[in-house]
Amino acid sequence: MANEYILEMKDITKVYPNGVIANKDVDLSLKYNEIHAILGENGAGKSTLMKILFGSEQATEGKIYLQGEEVVFNDSLHAIQNGIGMVHQHFMLDPELTVTENIILGMEPKKGLSLDYKKARQLVADAAKKYNFNVRPGQKVSDLSVGQKQKVEILKALTRGAKILILDEPTAVLTPQETEELFIQLKQLRDDGHTIVFISHKLNEVKEICTRGTVLRSGVGMGSYDLSNVTIEELSRLMVGRDVVREVEKTKAEPQEVALKVNHLTVLDDELNVAVNDVSFNVRKGQIIGVAGVEGNGQRELIDSITGLDETYEGTIYLNGTELMRKNGTKQRRDLSMKHIPEDRNTLGVMPDASITENLIALNYDKDSFNKGMLMDSSVIQNFSDSLIDKYQVKTDSSDTAVRMLSGGNVQKVVAAREMEGEVELLVADQPTRGIDIGAASFIHDQLIGMRKDGAAIILVSADINEVLAVSDSIVVFYEGEITAYFDDASTCDEEILGRYMLGLEQMSKEEMMEVNH
Amino acid sequence: MKQTTVEKTNVRDRIRKIEGRFEVLRTILAIAISLIIILALVFFVSDEPLNVVYNLFVGPLTSVRRFGSVIEIMIPLMFTGLAIAITFSANRFNLISESSFHFGAITAAYIGIFSPFSAPLTILLILLSSILIGGLLGYVPALLEEKFNASVLVNSLMLNYVISHFANYILNNVIRDRSSSAIQSLPLPEGVNLGELVSRTRIHWGLIIALVIVFLAYIVIDKTRWGYSLKAVGRNEKFARYAGINVGMVTILAQVVGSSIAGLGGAVEMLGIYDHYLWTSSPGYGFDGVIIAALARNKPKYIPLAAFFLAYIRAGADVMNRSTDVPAEIVSVIQAIIIVLIASQAFLSKWKQKQIIKVSQEADMKGAA
Amino acid sequence: MDVLNLLTDSNFWFGVLRSTTPVLFAALASLMSSISGITNMALEGAMLFAALFAVIGSALTGNIWIGLLFAVIVSVVVTLALGFFKMRLKADEIMVAIAINLLATGGTVFILYLITGNKSTSSSLPSGVFPALNIPLIENIPFIGNVVSGHNILVYVAFLSVIVVYYLLYRTALGLRIRSIGGNEEAAESVGVSVEKTRYTALLISGILTGLSGAYLSMGYLSIFTAGMTAGRGYIALAASFVGGTNPFGTMLASGLFGLFDQLGNQLQSISNTPQEFIFMIPYLATVIMYTVFAYRRSTRQQRANKKLMKQREAEAQ
Repeated sequence: MANEYILEMKDITKVYPNGVIANKDVDLSLKYNEIHAILGENGAGKSTLMKILFGSEQATEGKIYLQGEEVVFNDSLHAIQNGIGMVHQHFMLDPELTVTENIILGMEPKKGLSLDYKKARQLVADAAKKYNFNVRPGQKVSDLSVGQKQKVEILKALTRGAKILILDEPTAVLTPQETEELFIQLKQLRDDGHTIVFISHKLNEVKEICTRGTVLRSGVGMGSYDLSNVTIEELSRLMVGRDVVREVEKTKAEPQEVALKVNHLTVLDDELNVAVNDVSFNVRKGQIIGVAGVEGNGQRELIDSITGLDETYEGTIYLNGTELMRKNGTKQRRDLSMKHIPEDRNTLGVMPDASITENLIALNYDKDSFNKGMLMDSSVIQNFSDSLIDKYQVKTDSSDTAVRMLSGGNVQKVVAAREMEGEVELLVADQPTRGIDIGAASFIHDQLIGMRKDGAAIILVSADINEVLAVSDSIVVFYEGEITAYFDDASTCDEEILGRYMLGLEQMSKEEMMEVNH
Repeated sequence: MKQTTVEKTNVRDRIRKIEGRFEVLRTILAIAISLIIILALVFFVSDEPLNVVYNLFVGPLTSVRRFGSVIEIMIPLMFTGLAIAITFSANRFNLISESSFHFGAITAAYIGIFSPFSAPLTILLILLSSILIGGLLGYVPALLEEKFNASVLVNSLMLNYVISHFANYILNNVIRDRSSSAIQSLPLPEGVNLGELVSRTRIHWGLIIALVIVFLAYIVIDKTRWGYSLKAVGRNEKFARYAGINVGMVTILAQVVGSSIAGLGGAVEMLGIYDHYLWTSSPGYGFDGVIIAALARNKPKYIPLAAFFLAYIRAGADVMNRSTDVPAEIVSVIQAIIIVLIASQAFLSKWKQKQIIKVSQEADMKGAA
Repeated sequence: MDVLNLLTDSNFWFGVLRSTTPVLFAALASLMSSISGITNMALEGAMLFAALFAVIGSALTGNIWIGLLFAVIVSVVVTLALGFFKMRLKADEIMVAIAINLLATGGTVFILYLITGNKSTSSSLPSGVFPALNIPLIENIPFIGNVVSGHNILVYVAFLSVIVVYYLLYRTALGLRIRSIGGNEEAAESVGVSVEKTRYTALLISGILTGLSGAYLSMGYLSIFTAGMTAGRGYIALAASFVGGTNPFGTMLASGLFGLFDQLGNQLQSISNTPQEFIFMIPYLATVIMYTVFAYRRSTRQQRANKKLMKQREAEAQ
């Protein structure tokens, strides 16, 4: 009997060099012409499993069978040659090259010694037409929108003859409308004879587009299911091990005087495009302002300017009446008790090679209370560190452990502990709960509410619309570097309304948004 | 539940031990490999290989004077090693210490020759000036990077040539001894030297100065807030800036302090060893500092040991150069191999990974059982 | 004779081309490696080794072209070693380069001493010089003929290399791959472009160019090898390639400027009474200044764009 599976992965185990076990005895079977979901929380080992399938990581143990025959992929070229393509979460594109150059890279048509650029452009144009993708071959990739970049990625895989297409969290960076468009294209591809692996933790989407799914939890396979037979609740229980409750208890906000005042802020990105365009808004003490928007609409540049990481912005920013400086801005802001939980915790939020203690004291090490004369006071420091580890439930055996030895969630707790402790005038929380377990996430949400009650001003930026809606008192929507909507009371808003503004389908008038400068 | 926590603690501990052992092993193996290659090279080029090997490795131990020269060579290496270690700790490849040392020496000669003060006061003036001038030299390329974003590596390399020529100008036009046929300065006056520390050798009080500076650096870097901010910048500069550390000031200060230590080293060398200034090109101690700093992993407490090692090899090479057919420059092979192997993160890392994976999997199996 | 006379003297401009050549070769070498994502500071050392081995090869065989081959081979080996330590052993490329340059400083003296018994020059070795080339027709044009014609053959090779490097980088598949691994290594790897293989190829080309540079120094610019004869030209070339950006013609212009200052220094020695030590400083000081100005302009690009935008807005508001 012919094998009903196009691909099987059996007993896959992956141990990383630092000792982290990312996959343990995981099985995965893909049928011909299906859209198969890989489900799991952040850090469950989905990406690792897919990297092994794509040959960019090698399994420590386990076997892969393609159409019944064992295969070993030493590198991704090998996987590509066997008809496997992957669209990574962080696009594998060189922004300095054109669409054509990116797509033909590795399979360049030649004319004599030269690269045949004419033929290359034709190839890309043809493929784009065939799959009904709207991209221009000659455009530089750095000039494309996120959705367009994703299309280039998919096209890149297809022109290489991918039969199995892996998409790693493809919708994370898309608007609902772009997502719809993507889904139509994926269904088309499935009907044309492709098998698609769809990685996600958004259960609604998965139910909508996938027929079967495999669940991972903490690196271990929780089985494969026919999705028409399981409910969303059952799936989420499989993913996290208990029922998901996402309610944030909070009292009504009592905003006081203005803490942060942003005045005519304009910021250019690295390519000299206008990323934030003449934006003004205020945040009051005792208020949580949520910033909603599809990734890449200027939120990053906004945060970098407020927190002083960007020194090139135009316009003025005040914290409690003091004008913030550009040069050495972070120092001044820290002195004014501005705190910041950064999105990119590993490169910005911690020193991976330093101990937990050294990471925790970064905002206090030079205070007199942490020093005895010329020398640092090790007993004060130790007590401080132990109490934070305890309060924020950082799972570790010792405060001397290097932060790089911790799991992602625990790293985030270290960052949160440092930034939420002590006096806080303004907290900029950028994706504060990304990648951490639900218990820790609700702890952080409770902390945010608590800090607000104590009079802190808080800006919450999150890609998770539900988090923005649940935690914020007021919401601003960012679209193409401008504020396009303001909701003074977040509870008057819902996912659908936000979605329309996030896409730029609607825009409030200046009068409607007067309140933003309240 | 308690059981697994204990188990985990054990694993972490063992992984940490593996990593610790790994660093020591890497250093020892790097040295061993470089020495083996040297042996092979000697047997290939020399007519009297056994004699060469004997002189190179045992030579420094054959007389008090020879062993004394090991310590004597070690002194300048400690200064520039520490200078580079501090600079590199801030992740800045500022190689101006090469000139700072050179210029520190000529500053000593200049002030020594022309000072109207008594000898002790002159010495004090020399030491302070060399620190000041060294710091100033370190400041220039550091500032060009901070203000204008111009790589300190490129500019310090260029400025090394500029300063070397300037030192020659001073030698040829300001302090040159016209009565001598050799290119050398006028002699330093009586008493303007650091004095002998151990008789029958040229070991001078500079050794004590060097050790004191090393100790101070150890305290400052490991025990004070300034050290914390320096280490934070070195470990993750983005983090340091994010946390409100004034990265520009810390890195500039590190380069200025490093360079001033090199400047002091130059003056100490001049006052400790020479009666006349006679370098017509930079003596290369700054680049030697890179070797010392690599061996010591930029940690002040290991600087004396690293300097001793290199000094021993240099002294051996000197003996060998004088008594055999192999030139002392063979040492450059040892130096290059050591730097490269220590800088190689992946050197022996397979071994480390295997150990760690083994430990993790063992623990996992126990946990499952 | 003053500076103005100098600038109208064809001998001066002839000299500028001579001085530009070694820096241009090395700057192109630096461009090749940096565009593939690796800073090649080891070219100072590779150049020094190449200069010595050119002389040795030429003296041993009596054939200057075998000398050239020796130079290229040794330089390629050294440059590939830099890549090996960087890619396979994950070493910092600057540290490896410092090691290589220290090795070159001592190692060339070591080898020179073993062969000649002399630690400073190769004057006892009967090495040759590459032939000069007169370009028909052009040599007869007044002034220009004197400047452009009659150079050592490697001078022409250097300027031709600019075109070759341009073609290679921007018109061939290999060039696309080399640029792509410098831009986004992972992206290239994910479509099966071997980062390691491509980078070695870029370094191979870089090594060849460095070898030519070294050979020119000891068998063109001068006719012997002297200890430390590169005198920081590798570092100057590094700065020149940073100034030149990713375009080989930019690299050529930047190298030409350094050649100009070098020659200016050489000529000033005979016509001014400035102490020679100050004249020796000129090329290095000029490098510091030009490189710093360039770096500053690049780093303030964003601020200048900001200002422009604000002005535009003001204009629109009125």
